[in-house]
Amino acid sequence: MTTPLLEIDDLHTYFYTDNGVARSVDGVSFDVGVGETVGVVGESGCGKSVTALSILRLIRPPGRIEPGGAMRFEGRDLLALSEREMQQIRGNRIAMVFQEPMTALNPVFTVGDQIGEVARIHAGMNKRESLAKAIEMLELVGIPAPEQRAGEYPHQLSGGMRQRVVIAMALVMNPALVIADEPTTALDVTIQAQILELLADLTRRLGTSVLLITHDLGVVAENCSRVVVMYAGEVVEEATTIDLFARAHHPYTEGLLGAMPRVGGERERLATIPGTVPAPTAWPAGCRFRERCPYSWERCGTEHPPLYQIGGGHTSRCHLAEEPEHRLHPHPPLAAQAGASAA
Amino acid sequence: MTASIATPTEPLLSVRDLTKHFPIKKGIFGRVAGQVRAVDGVSFDVAPAETLALVGESGCGKSTTGRAILRLIEPTSGSVSFDGQNVLTLGATELRKLRRRMQIVFQDPFSSLNPRMSIGAIVREGLTIHRIAEGAAADARVKQLLDEVGLRPEYASRYPHEFSGGQRQRVGIARALSVEPSFIVCDEPVSALDVSVQAQVVNLLQDLQRDRGLAYLFIAHDLSIVEHIADRVAVMYLGHVVELASVDRLYGEPIMPYTQALLSAVPAPDPGVKRERILLTGDVPSPANPPSGCVFHPRCHHPARDAACAALVPPLEEKAPGHWAACIKQPPSTVSWEQQRAAGGTKPPEFFLPRAALHRAVASAPRDSTRNQS
Repeated sequence: MTTPLLEIDDLHTYFYTDNGVARSVDGVSFDVGVGETVGVVGESGCGKSVTALSILRLIRPPGRIEPGGAMRFEGRDLLALSEREMQQIRGNRIAMVFQEPMTALNPVFTVGDQIGEVARIHAGMNKRESLAKAIEMLELVGIPAPEQRAGEYPHQLSGGMRQRVVIAMALVMNPALVIADEPTTALDVTIQAQILELLADLTRRLGTSVLLITHDLGVVAENCSRVVVMYAGEVVEEATTIDLFARAHHPYTEGLLGAMPRVGGERERLATIPGTVPAPTAWPAGCRFRERCPYSWERCGTEHPPLYQIGGGHTSRCHLAEEPEHRLHPHPPLAAQAGASAA
Repeated sequence: MTASIATPTEPLLSVRDLTKHFPIKKGIFGRVAGQVRAVDGVSFDVAPAETLALVGESGCGKSTTGRAILRLIEPTSGSVSFDGQNVLTLGATELRKLRRRMQIVFQDPFSSLNPRMSIGAIVREGLTIHRIAEGAAADARVKQLLDEVGLRPEYASRYPHEFSGGQRQRVGIARALSVEPSFIVCDEPVSALDVSVQAQVVNLLQDLQRDRGLAYLFIAHDLSIVEHIADRVAVMYLGHVVELASVDRLYGEPIMPYTQALLSAVPAPDPGVKRERILLTGDVPSPANPPSGCVFHPRCHHPARDAACAALVPPLEEKAPGHWAACIKQPPSTVSWEQQRAAGGTKPPEFFLPRAALHRAVASAPRDSTRNQS
């Protein structure tokens, strides 16, 4: 791995709700290297988006980042910065690309104005300079007739164009890190291909690091060099992309890969993961995946697994790392045995 | 278009030249200023116990097609016949009777269930309306249906908000099944679900089809799910069916350049294999103002694309047995080279199948279609 640009160390983000404390991000640690594209995968509610928002310190009450963790970025601990210092980092050194381009853009300002705003705030440009910058950025992200488009409003653009505008906005200040939270989930597959290609090409040229948050393992396989798999507020596995797809260790990762139909794959019955993700207000003791796991044994109910090193930078939060023999005896997961309650 | 887009067996559902235009209204008097041609002359058949998938990107008209078949929206023209009955001319009473046999499962399991009704009442409603069962018999039937879709029967008294997305989708499926239909329109039934839950619902739909001999019109944009569940696939673009073939044919040898691009865009969950990609330029044009000739021609990557493509409307024609595609540049075509030249064509048709459109497993080892149990 290259030198780390961002080091997340034991991040906890909790939400204090009427139904109890939701421990959405519960001790997450991973690094993003300079110029590297790291994928974070997991299903709804695993804490991947909250992790992204925590990096930018965009967590609002009733949520809060718990003391004790650290997030080092370019030599500074983001958690120790004042709100003012944080503002100088957001949109400048770390930029974000959101899932839904229509809600990420302001409908009452032209796209040129919105892209230019970043340059006005962070580079002190005047109106005219910032418009020129906006046009340059629109051209960079491959929008035809940029001078004309700069004067248009978000509703005049298609979904794919809007996402290009959002990417243009993120890259104005040439940030060191772009966090892309499901950047193509709202887009059609042919437009998704265009956008991912664009993002990969630009970040390669500019040397930008990318944290790509997605639920789509296909997107990860094609775009990321390393993958962090999250489940129930924790990192459950981390490996290089090649390693993860070839030698998934954690039963959850194994389940995700099996549940995914592949174009050109065999048409056998899809593997499923029975049961549902537990509620973040009541993570189970021991292993949080135990109920849905086909290999679980007594130890999993009592001892919360640490992230085991299983070689070559590959880590897995599963006791199988110490007792691999249990993999030889799969059984119906507890969630399936409990009856027909699987969702 | 002819009746020979038919399935090998007698079709259960037969759609011909189905068209739905939505008027664009302007001004305070609602003057009609134009037409959105959401569905523009769509034809296909669905055989009993078959799954026909309707794929395409947002706005291509696939959902409108599904709803127009059930007359949840009234089609502008065309014909739909279900088991020999013309659906489009039925009166209200007969239509209601027919709806017992044609059902729909919606995409969004959150908005398609009434939050004020218990799930038991939701599943039971169809039984009451169609006078299938009442009283204790209906209760028993509801419990049996919930059990069949993998929900505990005692959940009948609970409300939709108590369930996860996957469970709600099971309720939607139980509701559709309650009236014992022979045909279900599945309108993106799994796209709102996480991948592990999605697999559970796909397996359930396949089990139900096997046990009950159901026919599905499976509307989806996810090509990997479609390959998994469908027997035949119709690809839609801008209100038109541009290609129609068996799963093996379509994924093994996509003919229409749009299908080729669509297949090449699917991310492969296989790091190390760097997929080539046909990157389409631009966006889908507006269906209010579709391009002339072939609707795909402004974005097409076929090397023989020329002025003829902009001038001539390509017929959906049989390029290989059971494999229909609308492209005058992919031989054989009933639109001869002379006709194309007369329309301004400069490049003769030539067969074009870029490697990027192929998924290795399909290309190297065609799979048998043993799972077609009908």
